[in-house]
Amino acid sequence: MKKDILKILSPTAILGYGYPIESFMAGMAEKPDIIAVDAGSVDPGPYYLGSGKPFTDRIGVKRDLRCMLKEACLAKIPVVIGTAGGSGAKPHVEWCREIIMEIAREEKIAFRMGIVYADIEKDFVIESIKQGRTEALDGLPELTEKTVMETKRIVAQMGVSPIIRALEKGCDVVLAGRAYDPSVFAAFPIMLGFDPGLAIHLGKILECAAIAADPGSGSDAVLGILKKDSFILKTLNKKRKFTALSTAAHTLYEKTDPCRLPGPGGMIDLSNVTFTELPDGMVEVRGSRFVKSEKNMIKLEGSRCVGFRTVSFAGTRDPVMISKIESIVNDVRKQVDNLLKAEKTKAELNVHLYGKNGVMGSWEPGGDEFVPREIAILIEVVAPTQEEANTVCSITRSSMLHYGYEGRISTAGNLAFPFSPSDLQAGEVYEFSIYHLVEIENESDLFRCEILEVNGEEK
Amino acid sequence: MKKITEIAKVIRSKNCSPFDLTLDIILKNRQYYEKLKEQNAITRDLIAGLYRLPVEKIGKIIWYDPACAVKFSIRRKISSGAPGDTDVYGAQQHAPLLALEFDI
Repeated sequence: MKKDILKILSPTAILGYGYPIESFMAGMAEKPDIIAVDAGSVDPGPYYLGSGKPFTDRIGVKRDLRCMLKEACLAKIPVVIGTAGGSGAKPHVEWCREIIMEIAREEKIAFRMGIVYADIEKDFVIESIKQGRTEALDGLPELTEKTVMETKRIVAQMGVSPIIRALEKGCDVVLAGRAYDPSVFAAFPIMLGFDPGLAIHLGKILECAAIAADPGSGSDAVLGILKKDSFILKTLNKKRKFTALSTAAHTLYEKTDPCRLPGPGGMIDLSNVTFTELPDGMVEVRGSRFVKSEKNMIKLEGSRCVGFRTVSFAGTRDPVMISKIESIVNDVRKQVDNLLKAEKTKAELNVHLYGKNGVMGSWEPGGDEFVPREIAILIEVVAPTQEEANTVCSITRSSMLHYGYEGRISTAGNLAFPFSPSDLQAGEVYEFSIYHLVEIENESDLFRCEILEVNGEEK
Repeated sequence: MKKITEIAKVIRSKNCSPFDLTLDIILKNRQYYEKLKEQNAITRDLIAGLYRLPVEKIGKIIWYDPACAVKFSIRRKISSGAPGDTDVYGAQQHAPLLALEFDI
């Protein structure tokens, strides 16, 4: 091992969410060995992967990247960006690449950039199904060839190897597609011989920037200091500190089991981890272990288009209508169903009753008993075409507006619309179709790497 | 009897995958945590009742000493963002837990 200590600067939890420049520069003053940032998540849902659109704002991403790239070039340290553009498929990576090229020209900076794509060919996945190399996650349906064919875009969560390969080729900037979040932080230290268990656990915390500190924040920079047998977390903003409890509590976040975190090629075992508070709001972590799995498995993600959505939003304040809202919705639904049958239109109709049980539906502990003062009614239609969705939404809305329910005294209309037009076209609707494991031979073969010499001073 | 809001500092839900939610209860101090854990005060049956779900939909209850926290997962009705879903991030499914009270 060439180095005994490695410092990783994490500016923000998601590229584009921003960070105080003071915290970032305090981090640069620590002379970090690398800047790394996670740029995506599956949290915003299946639309972004399927449609190829980013969920982060272009101006925000450019602002965050500009400072990172400029300072990294000055300090001659690498920058690693993972899950570019939010979902990390090719259109997302290209979007982020374009932003980086713009910054290079505007700032007149030069660097070697490695672009690592995470897109997976359908043929590869189908072949893997045939060879029995795919695996469903607990209790979910097995992957089928039909599902693969229906899926718009497939990516895989890369581990550290594809990023290491780009770094080994001397890349100053690594722009990676879909990556297991900690890989973005752990690749460089693992390449230099640091312990993978510690490096991945550190990456798991750093990918959320200051969320694990107290008070937590996803838009503030923190520093990770990796050593041979431990790592130290340090905040870069005096307002925050890491505590043993805040750091331990973070391992719960968004995970099923806080002691075993599975990832590409293995898992980190955190059952014997200790958290020790040091002066100045720092915490030292020991005992994180990487356990390689028998089979080299990585996770695939895919999203398929299930139709087009049109919505209409309205309120009701009528106590009679509110008292029988469920039966009114059922009656309207029947009317609409009959019309659809006659016209042979297929559509999914959901009527969300906000103010009653719009958020939790059947999980709502009070059931249907609660009587609110007003209810917001969101009519949601998903149909094979936008036109059909518009039609069904229109029928439902007008039926609901004029429905003559029993006991009705307000005969001019049942709904208060906030907008004109009342119906909004929401475009394509996606659902996650693939969230499966696949066994692979060699990780680096699957993730194509392209090297680009970027020179912002050239025309 | 103590209300959960008196003894817990964090009660939250969030996706842990597009198909599952994970719910965390972080207690205010180790004494509260140890008492709940000793009494086995949070069980899959209790959670299933609260959410009006069959017990198979509730994952293993995990007591995590380092953070004074207890957590479990619930299989989603509809995957995140698919038609009919009402909580893409799964961040607002914790409210039934707020009604819990414990004899400690």
